[in-house]
Amino acid sequence: MTCSLGVKLNQIEFKNPVIAASGTFGFGQEYNGIYDVGILGGICTKGLTFEPQGGNTGIRLWETPMGILNSIGMENPGIEAFIRKELPQMKKWNTRIIVNLGGATEEEYLKSVESLNNSNPDMIELNISCPNVRKGCMAFGMNEKGAAEIVRKVKDASRHPVIVKLTPNAENIVRVAVACEEAGADGVSLINTVKAMAVDINEKKAVFENVYAGLSGPAIKPIALRMVHEVYKAVSIPVIGIGGIMNWKDALEFIMAGAHFIQVGTANFVNPEIGKEIVLGMQTYMEKEGIRSLEEIRGII
Amino acid sequence: MALIKGNKKVAGDIYLLEVEGRFEGKPGQFYMIRVAEVDPLLSRPISIFEITENGIKFLYRIVGEGTRLLSKKRQGDQISLRGPYGNGYPSATGKIAIVGGGIGAAPLYETCKKLNNCNDTTAVDLYLGFSDEIILKENEWERICSSFFYDVGGIITEYVDVAKYDIVMTCGPDVMMKKLVMEGKKYGKQVYVSIESRMGCGIGACLSCTCITTKGNKKVCKDGPVFLGEEVYDL
Repeated sequence: MTCSLGVKLNQIEFKNPVIAASGTFGFGQEYNGIYDVGILGGICTKGLTFEPQGGNTGIRLWETPMGILNSIGMENPGIEAFIRKELPQMKKWNTRIIVNLGGATEEEYLKSVESLNNSNPDMIELNISCPNVRKGCMAFGMNEKGAAEIVRKVKDASRHPVIVKLTPNAENIVRVAVACEEAGADGVSLINTVKAMAVDINEKKAVFENVYAGLSGPAIKPIALRMVHEVYKAVSIPVIGIGGIMNWKDALEFIMAGAHFIQVGTANFVNPEIGKEIVLGMQTYMEKEGIRSLEEIRGII
Repeated sequence: MALIKGNKKVAGDIYLLEVEGRFEGKPGQFYMIRVAEVDPLLSRPISIFEITENGIKFLYRIVGEGTRLLSKKRQGDQISLRGPYGNGYPSATGKIAIVGGGIGAAPLYETCKKLNNCNDTTAVDLYLGFSDEIILKENEWERICSSFFYDVGGIITEYVDVAKYDIVMTCGPDVMMKKLVMEGKKYGKQVYVSIESRMGCGIGACLSCTCITTKGNKKVCKDGPVFLGEEVYDL
Protein backbone atom coordinates (compact mmCIF):
# COMPACT_ATOMS: atom_id res chain seq x y z
CA MET A 1 0.00 0.00 0.00
CA THR A 2 1.24 3.47 -0.72
CA CYS A 3 0.50 6.09 1.83
CA SER A 4 1.11 9.78 1.34
CA LEU A 5 2.03 12.40 3.86
CA GLY A 6 1.40 15.10 1.26
CA VAL A 7 -0.61 18.20 2.24
CA LYS A 8 -1.70 21.27 0.28
CA LEU A 9 -2.06 24.87 1.38
CA ASN A 10 -3.55 27.31 -1.11
CA GLN A 11 -2.51 25.13 -4.09
CA ILE A 12 1.02 24.80 -2.77
CA GLU A 13 1.98 21.20 -2.24
CA PHE A 14 4.04 20.11 0.73
CA LYS A 15 5.49 16.61 0.63
CA ASN A 16 4.67 16.18 4.30
CA PRO A 17 3.16 18.25 7.11
CA VAL A 18 6.36 18.58 9.16
CA ILE A 19 7.70 22.14 9.29
CA ALA A 20 10.58 23.50 11.36
CA ALA A 21 9.27 26.25 13.61
CA SER A 22 10.52 29.80 13.42
CA GLY A 23 13.28 30.79 15.82
CA THR A 24 14.43 27.27 16.50
CA PHE A 25 15.95 26.48 13.14
CA GLY A 26 17.88 29.62 12.17
CA PHE A 27 17.93 29.72 8.37
CA GLY A 28 18.35 25.96 8.24
CA GLN A 29 22.06 25.98 7.51
CA GLU A 30 23.19 24.50 10.84
CA TYR A 31 20.69 21.65 10.73
CA ASN A 32 21.43 20.91 7.09
CA GLY A 33 24.93 20.04 8.27
CA ILE A 34 23.41 17.39 10.55
CA TYR A 35 20.80 15.88 8.19
CA ASP A 36 19.37 16.60 4.76
CA VAL A 37 16.67 19.15 5.63
CA GLY A 38 15.10 18.42 2.24
CA ILE A 39 13.21 15.63 4.00
CA LEU A 40 11.08 18.24 5.80
CA GLY A 41 7.81 19.57 4.44
CA GLY A 42 8.97 23.10 5.10
CA ILE A 43 11.14 25.46 7.10
CA CYS A 44 10.00 28.64 8.81
CA THR A 45 12.81 31.17 8.95
CA LYS A 46 13.99 32.93 12.06
CA GLY A 47 11.61 35.87 12.62
CA LEU A 48 12.51 38.71 10.25
CA THR A 49 11.87 42.43 10.35
CA PHE A 50 12.52 45.08 7.72
CA GLU A 51 15.47 46.60 9.57
CA PRO A 52 18.14 44.39 11.16
CA GLN A 53 17.60 43.84 14.89
CA GLY A 54 20.21 43.16 17.55
CA GLY A 55 17.79 41.41 19.88
CA ASN A 56 17.44 41.65 23.63
CA THR A 57 20.22 42.15 26.16
CA GLY A 58 20.59 40.11 29.34
CA ILE A 59 19.66 36.48 29.78
CA ARG A 60 17.80 35.17 26.75
CA LEU A 61 17.07 31.61 27.73
CA TRP A 62 15.89 29.91 30.93
CA GLU A 63 15.01 26.31 31.57
CA THR A 64 11.94 25.28 33.50
CA PRO A 65 10.59 21.76 34.07
CA MET A 66 9.50 20.43 30.65
CA GLY A 67 9.94 23.79 29.01
CA ILE A 68 12.12 26.75 28.18
CA LEU A 69 11.54 30.46 28.37
CA ASN A 70 13.12 32.63 25.72
CA SER A 71 13.58 36.32 25.27
CA ILE A 72 15.65 36.52 22.09
CA GLY A 73 13.86 39.66 20.91
CA MET A 74 13.78 39.03 17.14
CA GLU A 75 17.53 39.30 16.50
CA ASN A 76 17.77 39.08 12.71
CA PRO A 77 19.74 40.48 9.75
CA GLY A 78 16.77 42.34 8.21
CA ILE A 79 14.64 41.26 5.26
CA GLU A 80 16.93 42.60 2.51
CA ALA A 81 20.02 40.82 3.83
CA PHE A 82 17.95 37.67 4.24
CA ILE A 83 16.76 37.83 0.63
CA ARG A 84 20.30 38.42 -0.58
CA LYS A 85 22.30 36.03 1.57
CA GLU A 86 20.07 33.33 3.04
CA LEU A 87 17.11 32.72 0.77
CA PRO A 88 19.05 31.68 -2.39
CA GLN A 89 20.78 29.00 -0.33
CA MET A 90 17.53 27.82 1.26
CA LYS A 91 15.79 27.60 -2.10
CA LYS A 92 18.29 24.95 -3.18
CA TRP A 93 16.87 22.55 -0.62
CA ASN A 94 13.95 20.42 -1.66
CA THR A 95 11.56 21.91 0.91
CA ARG A 96 9.13 24.80 1.24
CA ILE A 97 10.55 28.04 2.60
CA ILE A 98 8.23 30.09 4.77
CA VAL A 99 9.33 33.57 5.80
CA ASN A 100 8.33 34.42 9.36
CA LEU A 101 7.66 38.13 9.28
CA GLY A 102 7.48 40.39 12.30
CA GLY A 103 7.27 44.13 12.65
CA ALA A 104 6.79 47.01 15.04
CA THR A 105 4.38 48.93 12.81
CA GLU A 106 2.01 48.28 9.94
CA GLU A 107 4.30 50.29 7.70
CA GLU A 108 7.23 48.06 8.56
CA TYR A 109 5.29 44.87 7.77
CA LEU A 110 4.24 46.29 4.42
CA LYS A 111 7.75 47.37 3.46
CA SER A 112 8.93 43.81 4.07
CA VAL A 113 6.03 42.38 2.06
CA GLU A 114 7.05 44.60 -0.85
CA SER A 115 10.63 43.32 -0.70
CA LEU A 116 9.34 39.75 -0.58
CA ASN A 117 7.15 40.36 -3.63
CA ASN A 118 10.35 40.77 -5.61
CA SER A 119 11.70 37.55 -4.20
CA ASN A 120 10.71 33.89 -4.16
CA PRO A 121 9.85 32.40 -0.77
CA ASP A 122 6.98 29.90 -0.91
CA MET A 123 4.91 31.61 1.73
CA ILE A 124 4.79 34.22 4.49
CA GLU A 125 4.01 33.41 8.09
CA LEU A 126 2.80 36.67 9.51
CA ASN A 127 4.10 36.91 13.05
CA ILE A 128 1.61 38.85 15.16
CA SER A 129 2.47 36.86 18.23
CA CYS A 130 6.07 37.37 19.40
CA PRO A 131 5.90 38.34 23.09
CA ASN A 132 9.52 39.48 23.30
CA VAL A 133 9.60 42.85 21.57
CA ARG A 134 8.46 46.07 23.18
CA LYS A 135 6.62 47.40 20.19
CA GLY A 136 4.19 45.86 17.72
CA CYS A 137 4.21 42.19 16.83
CA MET A 138 2.08 40.50 19.52
CA ALA A 139 0.16 43.74 20.02
CA PHE A 140 -1.43 43.11 16.59
CA GLY A 141 -2.50 39.63 17.54
CA MET A 142 -4.20 40.27 20.87
CA ASN A 143 -7.69 40.75 19.48
CA GLU A 144 -9.69 40.24 16.30
CA LYS A 145 -9.75 43.90 15.29
CA GLY A 146 -5.96 44.36 15.34
CA ALA A 147 -5.36 41.02 13.64
CA ALA A 148 -7.93 41.54 10.88
CA GLU A 149 -6.55 44.96 9.95
CA ILE A 150 -2.94 43.89 9.53
CA VAL A 151 -3.86 40.60 7.83
CA ARG A 152 -6.08 42.35 5.28
CA LYS A 153 -3.37 44.87 4.41
CA VAL A 154 -0.66 42.24 4.15
CA LYS A 155 -2.88 39.96 2.06
CA ASP A 156 -3.73 42.83 -0.31
CA ALA A 157 -0.05 43.69 -0.71
CA SER A 158 1.48 40.22 -0.93
CA ARG A 159 1.76 38.03 -4.00
CA HIS A 160 2.66 35.11 -1.73
CA PRO A 161 0.22 33.08 0.36
CA VAL A 162 0.01 34.30 3.94
CA ILE A 163 -0.48 32.21 7.05
CA VAL A 164 -0.87 33.97 10.36
CA LYS A 165 0.91 32.87 13.52
CA LEU A 166 -1.34 33.36 16.52
CA THR A 167 -0.64 33.99 20.16
CA PRO A 168 -2.21 32.01 23.01
CA ASN A 169 -2.05 35.27 24.96
CA ALA A 170 -4.84 36.74 22.82
CA GLU A 171 -8.10 37.70 24.46
CA ASN A 172 -9.80 34.90 22.50
CA ILE A 173 -7.65 32.97 20.05
CA VAL A 174 -10.63 31.39 18.29
CA ARG A 175 -12.12 34.78 17.48
CA VAL A 176 -8.72 36.03 16.28
CA ALA A 177 -8.42 33.00 14.01
CA VAL A 178 -11.87 33.56 12.54
CA ALA A 179 -11.04 37.23 11.98
CA CYS A 180 -7.84 36.25 10.16
CA GLU A 181 -9.76 33.88 7.91
CA GLU A 182 -12.31 36.59 7.11
CA ALA A 183 -9.45 38.98 6.34
CA GLY A 184 -8.12 36.56 3.76
CA ALA A 185 -5.50 34.50 5.60
CA ASP A 186 -4.56 31.28 3.81
CA GLY A 187 -3.96 29.45 7.07
CA VAL A 188 -3.32 29.99 10.76
CA SER A 189 -0.44 28.60 12.80
CA LEU A 190 -0.73 28.24 16.55
CA ILE A 191 0.42 28.55 19.22
CA ASN A 192 3.36 30.92 19.57
CA THR A 193 4.97 30.95 23.03
CA VAL A 194 2.99 31.56 26.19
CA LYS A 195 3.85 34.78 27.99
CA ALA A 196 5.56 33.72 31.19
CA MET A 197 8.19 34.76 33.71
CA ALA A 198 10.99 33.52 35.93
CA VAL A 199 12.43 34.94 39.14
CA ASP A 200 15.98 34.69 40.44
CA ILE A 201 15.65 34.57 44.23
CA ASN A 202 19.37 35.12 44.79
CA GLU A 203 19.44 38.29 42.72
CA LYS A 204 15.93 39.10 43.95
CA LYS A 205 14.81 40.15 40.51
CA ALA A 206 13.22 38.88 37.31
CA VAL A 207 15.50 36.65 35.25
CA PHE A 208 14.73 38.53 32.04
CA GLU A 209 15.39 42.21 31.44
CA ASN A 210 11.94 42.41 29.80
CA VAL A 211 10.52 40.63 32.89
CA TYR A 212 8.23 38.49 30.71
CA ALA A 213 9.39 35.94 28.17
CA GLY A 214 7.90 33.19 26.01
CA LEU A 215 7.37 29.65 27.29
CA SER A 216 7.67 26.73 24.88
CA GLY A 217 8.22 22.98 25.04
CA PRO A 218 6.24 19.97 26.29
CA ALA A 219 4.85 22.05 29.20
CA ILE A 220 2.52 23.88 26.78
CA LYS A 221 1.50 20.95 24.56
CA PRO A 222 -1.88 20.17 26.13
CA ILE A 223 -2.89 23.85 25.92
CA ALA A 224 -1.73 24.07 22.30
CA LEU A 225 -3.65 20.94 21.42
CA ARG A 226 -6.85 22.29 22.93
CA MET A 227 -6.46 25.60 21.09
CA VAL A 228 -5.75 23.88 17.76
CA HIS A 229 -8.86 21.75 18.26
CA GLU A 230 -11.04 24.78 19.04
CA VAL A 231 -9.69 26.80 16.13
CA TYR A 232 -10.02 23.85 13.73
CA LYS A 233 -13.70 23.63 14.53
CA ALA A 234 -14.19 27.34 13.93
CA VAL A 235 -12.35 27.94 10.64
CA SER A 236 -12.18 26.28 7.23
CA ILE A 237 -8.62 27.30 6.30
CA PRO A 238 -5.76 24.93 7.21
CA VAL A 239 -4.49 25.00 10.79
CA ILE A 240 -0.80 24.52 11.53
CA GLY A 241 -0.35 23.02 15.00
CA ILE A 242 2.57 24.15 17.14
CA GLY A 243 3.42 23.67 20.79
CA GLY A 244 5.66 21.18 22.55
CA ILE A 245 5.75 18.57 19.79
CA MET A 246 8.61 16.29 20.78
CA ASN A 247 8.05 13.23 18.57
CA TRP A 248 5.88 11.69 15.83
CA LYS A 249 3.23 10.64 18.34
CA ASP A 250 2.76 14.23 19.47
CA ALA A 251 2.60 15.28 15.82
CA LEU A 252 -0.23 12.81 15.17
CA GLU A 253 -2.14 14.10 18.19
CA PHE A 254 -2.22 17.52 16.54
CA ILE A 255 -3.31 16.06 13.19
CA MET A 256 -6.13 14.18 14.92
CA ALA A 257 -7.10 17.39 16.71
CA GLY A 258 -7.51 19.01 13.30
CA ALA A 259 -4.11 20.29 12.13
CA HIS A 260 -3.13 20.12 8.45
CA PHE A 261 0.50 20.75 9.34
CA ILE A 262 2.62 20.69 12.45
CA GLN A 263 5.67 22.73 13.43
CA VAL A 264 8.53 21.42 15.50
CA GLY A 265 10.34 23.99 17.64
CA THR A 266 11.92 23.41 21.02
CA ALA A 267 12.43 19.73 20.20
CA ASN A 268 15.13 20.75 17.69
CA PHE A 269 17.27 21.76 20.66
CA VAL A 270 16.70 18.46 22.43
CA ASN A 271 17.48 16.36 19.38
CA PRO A 272 18.65 18.22 16.26
CA GLU A 273 17.52 15.32 14.05
CA ILE A 274 13.97 15.29 15.39
CA GLY A 275 12.41 16.81 12.24
CA LYS A 276 13.58 13.89 10.16
CA GLU A 277 12.58 11.38 12.83
CA ILE A 278 9.04 12.78 12.98
CA VAL A 279 8.60 12.46 9.20
CA LEU A 280 9.82 8.86 9.27
CA GLY A 281 7.81 8.00 12.39
CA MET A 282 4.57 9.30 10.87
CA GLN A 283 5.25 7.39 7.67
CA THR A 284 5.76 4.12 9.58
CA TYR A 285 2.63 4.69 11.65
CA MET A 286 0.51 5.22 8.55
CA GLU A 287 1.87 2.13 6.85
CA LYS A 288 1.21 0.04 9.94
CA GLU A 289 -2.29 1.40 10.43
CA GLY A 290 -3.18 1.22 6.74
CA ILE A 291 -3.80 4.95 6.49
CA ARG A 292 -3.41 6.19 2.90
CA SER A 293 -3.73 9.88 3.51
CA LEU A 294 -3.65 12.17 6.53
CA GLU A 295 -7.17 13.28 5.61
CA GLU A 296 -8.39 9.98 7.03
CA ILE A 297 -7.31 10.94 10.51
CA ARG A 298 -7.35 14.73 10.43
CA GLY A 299 -9.78 16.23 12.89
CA ILE A 300 -11.30 12.87 13.81
CA ILE A 301 -11.67 14.02 17.40
CA MET B 1 24.93 6.80 22.97
CA ALA B 2 28.32 6.25 24.51
CA LEU B 3 29.58 4.36 27.52
CA ILE B 4 30.82 6.12 30.63
CA LYS B 5 34.24 4.84 31.71
CA GLY B 6 34.41 6.95 34.83
CA ASN B 7 32.88 9.96 36.56
CA LYS B 8 34.75 10.88 39.70
CA LYS B 9 34.89 13.81 42.05
CA VAL B 10 38.28 15.52 41.78
CA ALA B 11 37.74 18.56 44.01
CA GLY B 12 34.85 20.26 45.86
CA ASP B 13 31.98 20.20 43.40
CA ILE B 14 34.21 19.40 40.40
CA TYR B 15 33.98 16.10 38.54
CA LEU B 16 35.97 14.42 35.78
CA LEU B 17 33.84 12.45 33.32
CA GLU B 18 35.39 9.96 30.94
CA VAL B 19 33.46 8.56 28.00
CA GLU B 20 34.56 5.67 25.81
CA GLY B 21 34.88 5.92 22.05
CA ARG B 22 36.75 7.73 19.31
CA PHE B 23 36.06 11.43 19.52
CA GLU B 24 37.26 14.42 17.58
CA GLY B 25 37.79 17.97 18.69
CA LYS B 26 40.18 20.86 18.94
CA PRO B 27 41.23 22.46 22.22
CA GLY B 28 38.53 24.90 23.33
CA GLN B 29 35.71 23.18 21.46
CA PHE B 30 32.79 21.66 23.36
CA TYR B 31 30.26 18.87 23.27
CA MET B 32 26.53 19.06 24.01
CA ILE B 33 25.94 16.46 26.69
CA ARG B 34 22.50 15.08 27.51
CA VAL B 35 21.83 13.86 31.02
CA ALA B 36 18.23 12.73 30.44
CA GLU B 37 15.96 11.90 27.53
CA VAL B 38 13.63 14.87 27.98
CA ASP B 39 13.96 16.54 31.37
CA PRO B 40 16.00 18.67 31.69
CA LEU B 41 15.19 19.53 28.11
CA LEU B 42 18.41 21.16 27.06
CA SER B 43 21.80 19.57 26.60
CA ARG B 44 24.72 20.96 28.57
CA PRO B 45 27.61 22.52 26.65
CA ILE B 46 30.81 21.22 28.24
CA SER B 47 34.27 21.90 26.90
CA ILE B 48 36.73 19.19 26.01
CA PHE B 49 39.20 18.48 28.82
CA GLU B 50 41.18 15.83 27.01
CA ILE B 51 40.88 13.57 24.02
CA THR B 52 42.60 10.23 24.43
CA GLU B 53 43.05 7.34 22.03
CA ASN B 54 39.87 5.63 23.08
CA GLY B 55 37.89 8.25 24.92
CA ILE B 56 37.12 11.81 25.80
CA LYS B 57 37.22 13.54 29.18
CA PHE B 58 35.21 16.46 30.52
CA LEU B 59 35.99 18.41 33.66
CA TYR B 60 32.84 20.07 34.99
CA ARG B 61 31.45 21.82 38.02
CA ILE B 62 27.98 21.22 39.43
CA VAL B 63 26.09 24.47 38.85
CA GLY B 64 22.50 23.44 38.23
CA GLU B 65 20.15 20.52 37.80
CA GLY B 66 21.76 19.24 34.60
CA THR B 67 25.28 19.00 35.98
CA ARG B 68 23.92 17.65 39.29
CA LEU B 69 22.27 14.79 37.41
CA LEU B 70 25.41 14.32 35.34
CA SER B 71 27.45 13.89 38.52
CA LYS B 72 25.18 10.94 39.50
CA LYS B 73 26.11 8.98 36.38
CA ARG B 74 28.28 5.94 37.03
CA GLN B 75 30.75 3.83 35.13
CA GLY B 76 28.81 1.62 32.70
CA ASP B 77 25.93 4.11 32.28
CA GLN B 78 25.12 5.35 28.80
CA ILE B 79 25.23 8.99 27.85
CA SER B 80 24.38 10.92 24.71
CA LEU B 81 26.72 13.59 23.42
CA ARG B 82 27.06 15.57 20.20
CA GLY B 83 29.93 17.59 18.94
CA PRO B 84 32.50 18.90 18.69
CA TYR B 85 31.02 22.37 18.38
CA GLY B 86 32.51 25.87 18.46
CA ASN B 87 35.76 27.22 17.09
CA GLY B 88 38.38 26.39 19.73
CA TYR B 89 41.67 28.10 20.51
CA PRO B 90 43.95 28.95 17.59
CA SER B 91 47.20 27.11 17.06
CA ALA B 92 50.26 29.12 18.01
CA THR B 93 54.00 28.87 18.46
CA GLY B 94 56.58 30.77 20.46
CA LYS B 95 56.20 31.81 24.09
CA ILE B 96 52.66 31.14 25.17
CA ALA B 97 50.89 31.92 28.45
CA ILE B 98 47.80 29.90 29.31
CA VAL B 99 45.83 31.33 32.20
CA GLY B 100 42.82 29.70 33.89
CA GLY B 101 40.62 30.53 36.83
CA GLY B 102 38.54 27.91 38.67
CA ILE B 103 36.61 25.59 36.38
CA GLY B 104 37.95 27.75 33.53
CA ALA B 105 40.91 25.39 33.72
CA ALA B 106 38.78 22.75 31.97
CA PRO B 107 39.47 23.56 28.30
CA LEU B 108 43.09 24.51 29.00
CA TYR B 109 44.37 20.99 29.61
CA GLU B 110 43.98 19.86 26.01
CA THR B 111 45.06 23.32 24.86
CA CYS B 112 48.35 23.08 26.79
CA LYS B 113 48.93 19.51 25.73
CA LYS B 114 48.49 20.28 22.04
CA LEU B 115 50.51 23.52 22.01
CA ASN B 116 53.32 22.17 24.16
CA ASN B 117 53.91 19.29 21.78
CA CYS B 118 53.94 21.30 18.58
CA ASN B 119 57.65 22.09 18.26
CA ASP B 120 60.92 22.50 20.18
CA THR B 121 60.96 26.28 20.19
CA THR B 122 57.47 26.62 21.69
CA ALA B 123 57.21 27.06 25.43
CA VAL B 124 53.86 26.94 27.19
CA ASP B 125 53.58 28.42 30.69
CA LEU B 126 50.43 27.45 32.51
CA TYR B 127 48.98 29.61 35.30
CA LEU B 128 45.93 28.43 37.22
CA GLY B 129 44.10 30.23 40.01
CA PHE B 130 41.69 28.49 42.38
CA SER B 131 39.58 29.91 45.17
CA ASP B 132 39.60 26.93 47.60
CA GLU B 133 41.81 24.11 46.38
CA ILE B 134 43.63 22.90 43.29
CA ILE B 135 41.59 20.87 40.81
CA LEU B 136 43.43 17.58 40.11
CA LYS B 137 47.00 17.07 41.26
CA GLU B 138 49.94 19.36 40.60
CA ASN B 139 51.84 16.74 38.61
CA GLU B 140 48.88 16.18 36.29
CA TRP B 141 49.20 19.79 35.11
CA GLU B 142 53.00 19.86 35.22
CA ARG B 143 53.39 17.15 32.66
CA ILE B 144 51.51 19.01 29.90
CA CYS B 145 53.39 22.34 29.92
CA SER B 146 56.86 23.86 30.09
CA SER B 147 56.24 25.39 33.47
CA PHE B 148 53.28 25.32 35.83
CA PHE B 149 52.31 27.84 38.45
CA TYR B 150 49.18 27.81 40.55
CA ASP B 151 47.71 29.83 43.32
CA VAL B 152 44.89 29.27 45.80
CA GLY B 153 42.86 32.17 47.15
CA GLY B 154 44.83 34.91 45.38
CA ILE B 155 44.66 36.76 42.10
CA ILE B 156 46.40 34.72 39.41
CA THR B 157 46.85 37.58 36.96
CA GLU B 158 49.32 39.21 39.36
CA TYR B 159 51.77 36.45 38.49
CA VAL B 160 51.46 36.70 34.72
CA ASP B 161 53.87 39.07 32.96
CA VAL B 162 51.97 39.43 29.69
CA ALA B 163 54.80 41.50 28.15
CA LYS B 164 57.12 38.51 27.94
CA TYR B 165 54.75 36.32 25.92
CA ASP B 166 53.90 36.19 22.23
CA ILE B 167 50.30 35.18 22.86
CA VAL B 168 47.97 34.57 25.81
CA MET B 169 45.03 32.15 25.98
CA THR B 170 42.66 32.27 28.90
CA CYS B 171 39.44 30.91 30.35
CA GLY B 172 37.82 31.82 33.63
CA PRO B 173 35.97 34.62 35.40
CA ASP B 174 35.32 37.76 33.32
CA VAL B 175 37.29 39.95 35.69
CA MET B 176 40.37 37.78 35.25
CA MET B 177 40.11 37.55 31.47
CA LYS B 178 39.43 41.25 31.11
CA LYS B 179 42.55 42.10 33.14
CA LEU B 180 44.66 39.99 30.78
CA VAL B 181 43.06 41.59 27.74
CA MET B 182 43.91 45.04 29.12
CA GLU B 183 47.52 43.97 29.70
CA GLY B 184 47.61 42.49 26.22
CA LYS B 185 46.45 45.74 24.73
CA LYS B 186 49.14 47.64 26.66
CA TYR B 187 51.92 45.45 25.30
CA GLY B 188 50.45 44.73 21.87
CA LYS B 189 49.89 41.03 22.55
CA GLN B 190 46.99 38.92 21.37
CA VAL B 191 44.83 37.54 24.17
CA TYR B 192 42.28 34.87 23.32
CA VAL B 193 39.40 34.39 25.77
CA SER B 194 36.79 31.65 26.00
CA ILE B 195 33.32 32.98 26.79
CA GLU B 196 30.69 31.13 28.78
CA SER B 197 27.01 31.50 27.90
CA ARG B 198 23.61 29.86 28.30
CA MET B 199 22.98 27.86 25.16
CA GLY B 200 19.88 26.35 23.62
CA CYS B 201 20.88 24.50 20.49
CA GLY B 202 24.69 24.70 20.67
CA ILE B 203 24.98 24.87 16.88
CA GLY B 204 24.15 28.49 16.02
CA ALA B 205 20.42 28.39 15.34
CA CYS B 206 18.60 29.76 18.38
CA LEU B 207 20.54 32.97 19.15
CA SER B 208 20.30 32.43 22.92
CA CYS B 209 24.04 32.90 23.40
CA THR B 210 24.54 36.04 21.34
CA CYS B 211 27.48 38.14 22.47
CA ILE B 212 28.04 41.73 21.44
CA THR B 213 31.47 42.27 19.88
CA THR B 214 33.25 45.05 18.04
CA LYS B 215 32.42 43.08 14.87
CA GLY B 216 28.70 42.95 15.63
CA ASN B 217 26.60 40.25 17.28
CA LYS B 218 28.34 36.88 17.43
CA LYS B 219 27.13 33.45 18.45
CA VAL B 220 29.17 32.12 21.36
CA CYS B 221 28.39 28.53 20.33
CA LYS B 222 29.36 28.81 16.68
CA ASP B 223 31.54 31.90 16.18
CA GLY B 224 33.12 31.28 19.61
CA PRO B 225 33.44 30.32 22.38
CA VAL B 226 36.97 31.60 21.75
CA PHE B 227 37.29 35.24 20.74
CA LEU B 228 40.07 37.76 20.55
CA GLY B 229 39.66 39.52 23.89
CA GLU B 230 39.62 43.07 22.59
CA GLU B 231 36.61 42.18 20.42
CA VAL B 232 34.40 41.19 23.35
CA TYR B 233 35.48 43.37 26.25
CA ASP B 234 34.72 47.04 26.35
CA LEU B 235 38.10 48.37 27.47
